[in-house]
Amino acid sequence: MSDISFVRTDMLPEQEPPATTVGFVGWARANLFSSPLNAILSILSIVAVLFVLSVILPWAFMSSWNATSLTDCREQIAAAYGPDHHGACWAVIKDRWVQLVFGFYPPYPIDGTAHLGSPPEGAWPAYFRPIATFVLILTAVAPVLFDKLPRKMLLITAVFPFLMPWMMWGGTFWNPVGAMLGFGIGYLAYRFIAPIAGSLAGVIAAALLPIIWWLFLMGGFASTMQSIIALDIPTVNSRKFGGFTVSIFIGVVAIVGSLPLGIILALGRQSDLLIVKALCVGFIEFIRGVPLITLLFVASTLLNIFLPPGTEFDIILRVLIMVTLFASAYMAEVVRGGLAALPRGQYEAADALGLDYWKAQRLIIMPQALKISIPGIVSTFIGIFKDTTLVSIIAILDPLGLTAGIRANAQWNGIYWELFAFIAFVFFIFCFSMSRYSMYLERKLKTSH
Amino acid sequence: MKKSVFLGALTVASIAAGGAFAGTLDDVKARGKLNCGVTTGLVGFAAPDANGEWEGFDVGVCRAVAAAVLGDATAVEFVPTTGKTRFTALASGEIDLLARNTTWTFSRDVDLKFEFVGVNYYDGQGFMVPTNLGVTSAKDLDGATVCIQTGTTTELNLADFFRANSISYEPVPIETNAEAQQQYLAGACDVYTTDASGLAATRATFEAPDEHVLLPEIISKEPLGPLVRHGDNEWGDVVRWTLNALITAEELGVTSANIAEMAAGSNNPEINRLLGTEGSLGEMLGLSADWGKNALEAGGNYAELFEKNIGENTPIALSRGLNAQWTDGGLLYSPPFR
Amino acid sequence: MTVMTDPPKESFRLSMLIYDTRYRSITIQVVALLGFAAFFGWLIWNTSNNLAALGKEPSFRFLWEPAGYDINQRLLDYNSQSPHIRAAVIGVLNTLVIAVLGCITATIIGVLVGVLRLSKNWVISRLMGVYVETFRNVPVLLWIVLAMAIMIEIPPAPKEFRGDNATASVSLFGTVAVTNRGVYVPDPNFGSDRIGEDGTRLDEPTGWRVGLGDVDVNSSGMATYSFLGFEITPTLQFWAVIVSALIASVIVKIFGGDIARSLNGGQETTSPFRVTPGRLMLAVLLIAIIVLWSLMGMGISREVDGVSGGVFQISLDFLLVVAVLLVSLNISKRIKNRADDIQEKSGVRPTVWYIRLAVVVLPMAILLWALGLYFTYPELKGFNFKNGLHLRNSLIALWLALSLYTAAFIAEIVRSGIMAISKGQSEAANALGLSSGRTMRLIVLPQALRVIIPPMISNYLNLTKNSSLAIAVGYFDITGTLMGVTLNQTGRELETVLLGMLIYLTISLSISMAMNWYNESVKLKER
Repeated sequence: MSDISFVRTDMLPEQEPPATTVGFVGWARANLFSSPLNAILSILSIVAVLFVLSVILPWAFMSSWNATSLTDCREQIAAAYGPDHHGACWAVIKDRWVQLVFGFYPPYPIDGTAHLGSPPEGAWPAYFRPIATFVLILTAVAPVLFDKLPRKMLLITAVFPFLMPWMMWGGTFWNPVGAMLGFGIGYLAYRFIAPIAGSLAGVIAAALLPIIWWLFLMGGFASTMQSIIALDIPTVNSRKFGGFTVSIFIGVVAIVGSLPLGIILALGRQSDLLIVKALCVGFIEFIRGVPLITLLFVASTLLNIFLPPGTEFDIILRVLIMVTLFASAYMAEVVRGGLAALPRGQYEAADALGLDYWKAQRLIIMPQALKISIPGIVSTFIGIFKDTTLVSIIAILDPLGLTAGIRANAQWNGIYWELFAFIAFVFFIFCFSMSRYSMYLERKLKTSH
Repeated sequence: MKKSVFLGALTVASIAAGGAFAGTLDDVKARGKLNCGVTTGLVGFAAPDANGEWEGFDVGVCRAVAAAVLGDATAVEFVPTTGKTRFTALASGEIDLLARNTTWTFSRDVDLKFEFVGVNYYDGQGFMVPTNLGVTSAKDLDGATVCIQTGTTTELNLADFFRANSISYEPVPIETNAEAQQQYLAGACDVYTTDASGLAATRATFEAPDEHVLLPEIISKEPLGPLVRHGDNEWGDVVRWTLNALITAEELGVTSANIAEMAAGSNNPEINRLLGTEGSLGEMLGLSADWGKNALEAGGNYAELFEKNIGENTPIALSRGLNAQWTDGGLLYSPPFR
Repeated sequence: MTVMTDPPKESFRLSMLIYDTRYRSITIQVVALLGFAAFFGWLIWNTSNNLAALGKEPSFRFLWEPAGYDINQRLLDYNSQSPHIRAAVIGVLNTLVIAVLGCITATIIGVLVGVLRLSKNWVISRLMGVYVETFRNVPVLLWIVLAMAIMIEIPPAPKEFRGDNATASVSLFGTVAVTNRGVYVPDPNFGSDRIGEDGTRLDEPTGWRVGLGDVDVNSSGMATYSFLGFEITPTLQFWAVIVSALIASVIVKIFGGDIARSLNGGQETTSPFRVTPGRLMLAVLLIAIIVLWSLMGMGISREVDGVSGGVFQISLDFLLVVAVLLVSLNISKRIKNRADDIQEKSGVRPTVWYIRLAVVVLPMAILLWALGLYFTYPELKGFNFKNGLHLRNSLIALWLALSLYTAAFIAEIVRSGIMAISKGQSEAANALGLSSGRTMRLIVLPQALRVIIPPMISNYLNLTKNSSLAIAVGYFDITGTLMGVTLNQTGRELETVLLGMLIYLTISLSISMAMNWYNESVKLKER
């Protein structure tokens, strides 16, 4: 039969898809106008975005960068864009950005009164110490965050908590050395006492001896060594800290300090010991139940009353203590999450190997639990970093606190949006990049199992 | 493992100010720095410039005291304080002296245990309204919205004033002068009330100062002065007489321009005692003989400080008014240097 | 063959406290407790020494002295002559107002944004992404300050409503006035006797009011409070409140189950009116609140020689409205349950929505009519708008900033909650022919809820705690009153800050208790 002629023997050539489903049109149909409701929503959103941009962009870009005062700014903008235009006066940022970044930190600590741009004899570059500290923070954190980096860099991480305060505050180098020696003493004490008097006595000695060292002997050690080999850099009073330097400093110290405290609290909360558990839960719930601002009030008004008569820490140190306690309660919850996420088998395996509690924690549990907790730790850090703006309420001149000072200056009296926009922008850059990292890590952890 | 950051930090930065409640003078000398509490920023009275140098009228008092005690007007650590933290900072010994336009009141002097060493600015609480509101007296303000700075005596005065006159108002509490200025200009409140000096200073920085007027009522007395802790009379004397030295110097015509030649000796014995070329006033205070000279060289006498920071040639443009010498009909009256 | 022998009975030796694991834990705990007690004692010892050196004695007596300052937003009667404690109570109420308002709006915005972020509409999902990232990554304090600045700069000042050539007008048919001093909305009122001769609202409401206790003035002009003939001294009030709250919660905690069972007649029952530990707790709490109020001198509204401090009032009208609303909502819910039962049994759902609506609306309408409900509308009088409910700038700015900020976090929680539901669920719903809206509402969200609620609790807590930043915009919450002006005026740092922390702690713990209770009730019941 020749009905066969009805059957096509060759394939039809591939046709172009209809023009309405490919390219921009197709994309727009699928993603913007898939239904009448969607179309209306899309158009409304686009109009809203355009409206907001039409207000913000001319303000931000038809602006003045070179002016000496607000009045000058207004005249320049009126001259350039007409009298009805409201433009930003970014000149205030240009004039004060150094202050917003470094606060009152002396540019050349060797001579506290020298101004920026007139370095005294033999001084390091301006703001060498805060910048070097910032670089040190980055190098110390890098090996923790990116495991492709050489493991040897972890040594920097281990030393960094001791070096950082010294680099910012100055004084003799023997102070951080002495602080580190405390750990050496603790280790040696455990090493030698544990075989003789048993493991618990070893732990107690390893905890007590360093504390005695730090509280009573270290000062003498540092000054003796200093008189033998002088290794010191000029001291900078922490009242001079300000601007973003103080935000970063408080944030980093709080996180670094809260990590060990948080681990101890988390272990205490998981412990079978009723009283220890109750104390830890009480502490964590108390700190998490009150706003940070009340703890800062405690730092600014009460902490000196709680300590023995005559002891006086400066305000930055008191704030550091309270913010660290605050962070440690949140950190404890993060670490507890990490501990809970570990499979039960890990604990049992450690028991089966005959490891005691501390060994099991040190070798099996903590390394894994902490690794799982890193995203949580990063988000805690973002939270703490943002919360450092609260210190402006107790008169520490962080960027927000400095705005009051800048606006009280006769030149810039009356300025508003520019300062806040700049501060918000810088915070956004910092926090956004950290949260991106945290997301990246979460994805990586998810796929690794 | 990293717990020691803290302990390390403690030893690095802790300052053991043993016996902070007595012997402040010795503490300051030993430290080589004066810790002086100021505001976080108030136009003309205290604000940092682009280099981080503090300047202003209250700052001038701090510098004079530092110069008198340490011979160096720059040996001051300025501690910014808020209305809430200022008294604790002073009571706990964190600062040696509070020069933060603080009103001298009974309860602060007696109950809070502070010692006001004198008055460096006589002020009073006033009201500022836009001219086109047509208000000529504060008693016409029934139902008005009033911007007011919190944490000061002004809100108590305001409550008393409106209660005494049986009129109502809507308070809008605000933290800083800058915020108050913004709200007032935007019309979020009808009236702005604070110390008259602050009102004048704020008004002077407006784009159109003529459109705003200060009402005639001054509803309170606000003697602003530096204060120290109760119970340390030596230190109180030092600050009190440094302030008096600034005032006396104006009265005697000693300025930073002619101080060098005056210090060489003059035929006015009181000037000689003030500048340390005669008598032993410095020794009695536990200071060097030329303490008065140092204090005056820091920023000039009272009149010079006033003119430089808040006087009529500055944007703030305050007239001397009550703060003129008693010989000119004002209230400044320093006890004699004898 | 091994012979089983009992281990030799050891007599107790002191060294066993360290080496025997049975006793070691006790040793460690006792040491920890002693250490803690010693540390605490050391702090208290230091504090008392320092305070003695400063010449200050810790005392809460200042709380009963006149506060001297005015508060603009007050939910209870307050004037500058009222005591500090009353200012603190006003502050607590303001904190609660902002917390409740903020949590509600943050939830609504957060859920909406979280769902829209997963939308297939490219513009919408990107826009929501930008919103979430912007708000999450900038400090909340900055948002609060910026929101306040916007509220001040953008809306018109009241003077622009004035005159013949006014540039602004009252919107929504003359009922809502948006000004840069806040928003004025219609204010519901009861009774017809509260409009004065000149048409203005009288300050003293004259609805039915009731109170316990009485206020009087003694010979030295101080207000004294008495209840059932006993004079209430400040110390007595303080301890009575503390002790009664403690006793009440301990009793309910321990005997809650038993009491509930015995009240139910000793048997398990499914009656809707059965007593449950939760309801019991609620009742005890209500009683505790009444005790608290009466002890604080809740009195018959009465001004004695110009002193009206210490008088708390409840409007009976308001209580009646709340009671009727609760009852009708309950009935409505039971109608729904019955409809559900019928649907389960017969497969056909009776149409009940109009009955349910009527059950809620009708009684309320009748009640409101009987009580003489009327609205006052904002009118420009003198310097400001008068009448109407005034939502102040500070409240709106704080509310807006806190809810937008928290909503960004809630959106992320909702999004991850939705994404945690397996795709099979929505595919199954599609196969059943449910629309995408119904799929979301009936299938996905109820399941996601179980993942969402626990992190949501901590966000509600954060919002409540962040409300303490109210001082930045001059909103008088507890931080602004007790830990702000009161602290400033009295110089009592220790007492005010500790009391403030205690109050925040109580609020936080109550919120997490309530939310955990709710969480238990929606949790997947495993049988």
